[in-house]
Amino acid sequence: MTAHEGPQELEAQFEQWRQYVLRRRELQAVDADELEDHLRGSVDELVAAGLSPDEAFLVAVKRMGSLDDLSREFAREHSERLWKQLVLTGDSGSPVGGTRSARDLWVMLGCAAGAVVSVKVPALFGLSFADDGSFYARNFTLFALPWLAAYLAWRRGAGRTVIAALAALFVLGAVAANAYPLADDSQSVVVTSIHLPIALWLVVGLAYVADDWRSSRRRMDFIRFTGEWFIYLVLMALGGGVLSAFLFNTFAAIGIVPEAFISQWLLPGGAAAAVVVAGWLVEAKQSVVENIAPVLTRLFTPLFTAALLAFLVAVVWTSHGIDVEREALLLFDLLLVVVLGLLLYSLSARDPLAPPGPFDKLQLALVVSALAIDVLVLLEITGRITDEYGGTPNRAAALGENVILLVNLAWSAWLLLSFIRRRTPFAALERWQTGYLPVYAAWAWIVVLVFPPLFSFA
Amino acid sequence: MKVAKDLVAASATPMVLGILAEGESYGYAILRRINELSGGELDWTEGLLYPLLHRLERLGHLESSWQAVAGERKRKYYRITDRGLAELAEQRRQWDTVVGALKEIWHDRAPLTVHPLEGLA
Repeated sequence: MTAHEGPQELEAQFEQWRQYVLRRRELQAVDADELEDHLRGSVDELVAAGLSPDEAFLVAVKRMGSLDDLSREFAREHSERLWKQLVLTGDSGSPVGGTRSARDLWVMLGCAAGAVVSVKVPALFGLSFADDGSFYARNFTLFALPWLAAYLAWRRGAGRTVIAALAALFVLGAVAANAYPLADDSQSVVVTSIHLPIALWLVVGLAYVADDWRSSRRRMDFIRFTGEWFIYLVLMALGGGVLSAFLFNTFAAIGIVPEAFISQWLLPGGAAAAVVVAGWLVEAKQSVVENIAPVLTRLFTPLFTAALLAFLVAVVWTSHGIDVEREALLLFDLLLVVVLGLLLYSLSARDPLAPPGPFDKLQLALVVSALAIDVLVLLEITGRITDEYGGTPNRAAALGENVILLVNLAWSAWLLLSFIRRRTPFAALERWQTGYLPVYAAWAWIVVLVFPPLFSFA
Repeated sequence: MKVAKDLVAASATPMVLGILAEGESYGYAILRRINELSGGELDWTEGLLYPLLHRLERLGHLESSWQAVAGERKRKYYRITDRGLAELAEQRRQWDTVVGALKEIWHDRAPLTVHPLEGLA
């Protein structure tokens, strides 16, 4: 009705304009419809006044003013749109996305239910949380992580080989956790309980990168996923704690003490389900909400750097050797893990093409000071490793981890330095970190599978 | 002469409600009507009109519906509600007060002659 010449061309222009409008977060599909109708009204009138459709379109768009101003005005009324909301069943605007994420929701709920059931299955065989704490400590990740892996594998459309590999690895984990004759109070039980989750988490990683497991980018995505998943899990744990507290106290007020329900059902079931739900949340919101792990990294990198430098200065100033107590090595392992985490999550959010900036130098300072501290600790330990420190699975595992992290951070520091001096591209650092993931996996499996027999199940 | 932005904004709500009190309408037509009523002096933008319509709808002064016009095209029509009519009556009372007071002040007085420089200040 508007265009007598080239109506298709005009339609194409409208379509193009619409796409342009839809790119604005403040403007939604219904607004685009309304504004398009407005534009068409304007064009109709101009055409009636004698302009060609092309000219009319240009004039009408021009009259509407800049899209920036328009979005700003819309943002005032619809400020909630700037807070991207996580719609649980996906983008209601697109029917295709809607059904896809609705199915996603159901699969996730199925997996979460599976995880809850898995936690309670051993109870059928008479294993209770109170009496068989060691069994649950060794196995707790085996209840939930396979379900998270199943959900991710389903989402990625994993092939048969990947699914077979995942199943085999989880079975292997179950065997490692339960086949060895480990006493409940042995060190090996503790070591296994710590390392099996790491090994199994990297199996989840395999499910995550199922579609392209060699790709460095996909592995980096898994690192991002890990950070966000962890944060969601912590948030859910906080919420769960509040829920339990209310449940307990309100029922206690009417004389019913729901302690058994909370400790036997709500907490274990909730924890297992939260593992899957957190995975689903991260998947659902990855494009919706700003990733929080890199933000925390930005906040804490300077603070940790300052703390470590202060510590180094204090060590030199007081010339007091680091007192290597029983738990010291573990503490310094954790320190390296935190530093590695800070490094990883700022890598994960960095634009690989951006030139080196002050933050990269700060990171180098952080890594170097952590390395210096660790070297001091190692020097302190090597003297005693053969007598009082050697010979137990705890010490061996902690030392192994220390070496692995030290190698990683040392090479990272080198790559960071060359990057700051513009010798190597940033991608080298990223590739180094993603390429290192299998090392953690291999070590965790060695500790879980080889250590118990090696240390004669001590 | 251009009406100042603040004044345009302040008078926007009663104007839209007043136009819609005449009967249901849609964005482009409302803008045309305002243009026509003010002899082109009121500078309304889409960025003023549509968010305002959405706000009035959220407050329950208006309700809207999508209606098909000319084939595939759909248009969002706005209609005033009872709440909106009450709001309009209230706004009208206020505006009558303001306009009445201004008229009192300017009563019998010849229009001011404005020097261009003072006009800019």
